[in-house]
Amino acid sequence: MELMFALVIGTLTGSGVYLMMRARTFPVIVGLTLLSYGVNLFLFSSGRLMSGGQPIIGSTENYSDPLPQALVLTAIVIGFAMTAFLVVLSLRSRADTNEDHVDGQREHRRVRPAPDEAEEPRK
Amino acid sequence: MTLALVVLLPFIGALVAPLFAQAGRTAIAIVAAVPAILALAALFPLWENLSQGEVLVQTYEWLPALGISLSFRLDGLALLFALLILIIGILIVLYARYYLKPYENVGKFYCLLLLFKGSMLGIVLSSNLLLMLVFWELTSLVSFLLISYWDHKQDARRGARMALAVTGGGGLALLAGILLLGKIVGSFELDDVLAAGDLIKSHELYPITLTLVLLGAFTKSAQFPFHFWLPHAMQAPTPVSAYLHSATMVKAGVFLLARLYPALAGTELWFYMVSFTGMATLLVGAYVALFKHDLKGLLAHSTVSHLGLITLLFGMGTQLSAVAAVFHIINHATFKASLFMAAGIIDHETGTRDMRQINGLWRFMPHTATLAMVAAASMAGVPLLNGFLSKEMFFAESLALNLPGFWAYLPPLAATLAGIFAVAYSARFIHDVFFNGKPVNLPIYPPQEPPRYMLIPVEILVFACLLVGIFPAFAVGPLLYSAAAATLGGPVPEYELVIIHGFNLPLFMSFLAFFGGLIMYTQRQRLFDFHDRFKALDEKAIFEAFVTRVAARAESVTAMIENGSLQRYGMLLFISAVVIVFMPLLDLGLSIGSNGLSPVDPATAVGAAILIISTLAATTFHRERLYSLILLSVVGLMVALAFARFSAPDLALTQLSVEVVTIVLLMLSLFYLPSWTPMETTSFRRWRDALIGLVVGLGMTLVTLAILTRPFSSISEFFLENSKPGGGGTNVVNVILVDFRGFDTLGEITVLAIAALGIFAMLRNVVLKPTQGDGKGHAWSRDAYPTMLTQLSRPLLPLALMVSAYIFLRGHNMPGGGFIAGLITAVALILQYIASGMEWTQQRLPLRYPAMLGLGVLIATLTGVGSFGYGYPFLTSSFTYVTWPVVGKFELATALIFDVGVFLTVVGASMLILVSLGRLSLKLNATDRRA
Repeated sequence: MELMFALVIGTLTGSGVYLMMRARTFPVIVGLTLLSYGVNLFLFSSGRLMSGGQPIIGSTENYSDPLPQALVLTAIVIGFAMTAFLVVLSLRSRADTNEDHVDGQREHRRVRPAPDEAEEPRK
Repeated sequence: MTLALVVLLPFIGALVAPLFAQAGRTAIAIVAAVPAILALAALFPLWENLSQGEVLVQTYEWLPALGISLSFRLDGLALLFALLILIIGILIVLYARYYLKPYENVGKFYCLLLLFKGSMLGIVLSSNLLLMLVFWELTSLVSFLLISYWDHKQDARRGARMALAVTGGGGLALLAGILLLGKIVGSFELDDVLAAGDLIKSHELYPITLTLVLLGAFTKSAQFPFHFWLPHAMQAPTPVSAYLHSATMVKAGVFLLARLYPALAGTELWFYMVSFTGMATLLVGAYVALFKHDLKGLLAHSTVSHLGLITLLFGMGTQLSAVAAVFHIINHATFKASLFMAAGIIDHETGTRDMRQINGLWRFMPHTATLAMVAAASMAGVPLLNGFLSKEMFFAESLALNLPGFWAYLPPLAATLAGIFAVAYSARFIHDVFFNGKPVNLPIYPPQEPPRYMLIPVEILVFACLLVGIFPAFAVGPLLYSAAAATLGGPVPEYELVIIHGFNLPLFMSFLAFFGGLIMYTQRQRLFDFHDRFKALDEKAIFEAFVTRVAARAESVTAMIENGSLQRYGMLLFISAVVIVFMPLLDLGLSIGSNGLSPVDPATAVGAAILIISTLAATTFHRERLYSLILLSVVGLMVALAFARFSAPDLALTQLSVEVVTIVLLMLSLFYLPSWTPMETTSFRRWRDALIGLVVGLGMTLVTLAILTRPFSSISEFFLENSKPGGGGTNVVNVILVDFRGFDTLGEITVLAIAALGIFAMLRNVVLKPTQGDGKGHAWSRDAYPTMLTQLSRPLLPLALMVSAYIFLRGHNMPGGGFIAGLITAVALILQYIASGMEWTQQRLPLRYPAMLGLGVLIATLTGVGSFGYGYPFLTSSFTYVTWPVVGKFELATALIFDVGVFLTVVGASMLILVSLGRLSLKLNATDRRA
């Protein structure tokens, strides 16, 4: 069970990291969301994995650790606020520059785009 | 209490004084003098105890865990400096009253002056070395503002910047030195550090510690080769120079030498570093002073030289030399402050400070001239004046140094040579200014005596010079004794404070210096010609060039790392995270821990497989944004299920409702963003990023596995035990959120509110054209509001709200609470917007979300503040049980009110975010219609 859980977290963070290094805003947002899933699960897991131990007094014999849960609960909500902020930032950037590249307007970028950067839609 | 008050008084004065700026210069000067007078009155009763060698320490806890406390300490040395700071401070206030013009910003001046006074008192009275450093840095900052008081002058700004760069840089070195001292001693309290002298000096870190501390002291006290900032700081108004650059700021460095004398001095390293620096400074300052045509320039270099003298005395490391150093600190402060004031008066009355123009002032201002001549004579070391006494002691000490062979001649020779130069430049100050023909092209002609009261501070200081010079034992005997005792941290050697010790070698050196100096002055033209043959060293240009070079270098390094590409930053960030984190983790050994693995059940395995596959698919096909988004929602759902599976029902509920809101948000954004991502990076970059992702993912897997299989101890026992009796709820997670860790939650909903308001602000007045269709030739559906959805969603609203209310109320005891209920309400409301459109919903539900969000944070805060009313700390909750008809026994807790705040904030924030986004298209429609 632990190995499986660890693999899930690894997949989520690895994929999140890969997507966060993309050049367009939307994949970056998706990547950030995946990464925050991974991080939330990781923080949650610091209280160890337990079945049927919901931390509600009187409902069970052994309680799981409530503290990471409380922390992760607010982390989820704040993560949502973060994602929303990023989404709106990307929209605003598109409104201002008419592009969705993470570095903003092409001619203002200090880094020239790679030569094979295709701009046509896929066939 | 007293000592803290003494330090605090000037700071209070700095706040109050500017209020009197409109009432005129006299009023504000009186107000500005009050703190120092009160502080003197507060120190007066302590004098008795101190003279018997007692040390007063007053401590208040501040950050005990870091070893920082608000502790103050008064001994003889601190008292001596406090008196200098306070008394000369009062004189400066009076002097500045007449120096400043009525149209100048007197409020700013007195405010800064008082801030400086407070900081300086803080340095000398702090017992905790870190606290002292805080005041030390404050003096650097405030002196920067004081030097650049006339901020319209470029020279003033540059001089101020130079002073700040040098003294601030030294402050950093001092910080490092103090931290090392604290590490060696184990305490930052002065008493402990002074008592641990032997430990420090034998410690292997002693050389580096000493170097760092000395760097701090030398930069502050303008020691060679850091002396160059002081002459350029002469752009300051003269009261500032008279205060900072004679008696206080530059004395902070030598104060530090005196303060840490028992802890650091007495080694060979100390001797060579301190005495040779002092000697070099003594000679360089004295030599350059003679050639300065600027009155204040001469005084500044003379100050540098005298500071070098004091440093040299401390460096010699004998007990008598330390006594002489302390004595010279007093004497230099008195004669140099009065000389600066006299220079300021001359500048004020003639309009220039150039000695080539100022000549023969004796005829115009005999009163000022008399005072300045006495003070200058003291500076030269003429008998019957205080400067003579300490200089004699200095000469005697230079002879007493036990150096091998030829080196034994060096200190007395250097001392005599510096003495000759000192007499020469003092003679120049007297002869060139007050005699030597007639004034040349003075901007103000004829010069007059200044206002009567402007001379009073000078008179008092000159009187002090005479008094100390003629009756030394009476005037400063006890003060010097207790200061010397405090400096040495032990018995004081025998010394005699008399005018002349008899005809001995030091006296001969004095005569040599006196007549040599006079001869040098009469032959000055040759010296000037000699000096002019060398190209003048423009320290300011060198410094500016150095600063420019450093800035350019920093810029190029920055440009290398920060090239404007977010992808590059991401890559660097993740690679450094991998590098930094992996090494220590490998040491820990990332294997399966002692708890072993628990068995897998098929349902969970299927769920995990779905999660992993969807994640990988969402990543692989990320360029098809809609598919990626759908897969992402599957991942989110599986995460919610994982929470539910592993005993976290609250998290599952939260994740589920957040997931819905997030996906709606991302769907909305896809309306404005292209629905596909172009192939835009080289395959090399893709593989490289994939590799980074793989390494990070693998690392996280190993770390998680290592953590999960190891036993742990948690502080949660406390929460589990106290949740019911202390917080009145059985849902521990909720009780933690609204009660135990309520302050955290308050912070978090505030962040949420700020993010929502930021989004609201960012999207105002933005017009964004939606994309036409999905980018593959499919247009958007024409049926914006499908009938089925509309019809279904309307009855759902009250049902959803009821569920939300239920979840909210039971939250304290069962899974639920403000966060979850707020999200459910938000989802229910969003559904209406989606199904029936913005306008339709807004007309029927005219909710003002920014207000709702503000109200939520307000309610939560007020709940916390409410507990003050009952004498409890912030956010203390209380609860009681009431019996309602039908419902039965029900708990009422203040935490519930807090949760209402959470609820409102969550609803307000989520809705504000989504509605702001939705409104974008509404605005567009409006513009279309107008067109």
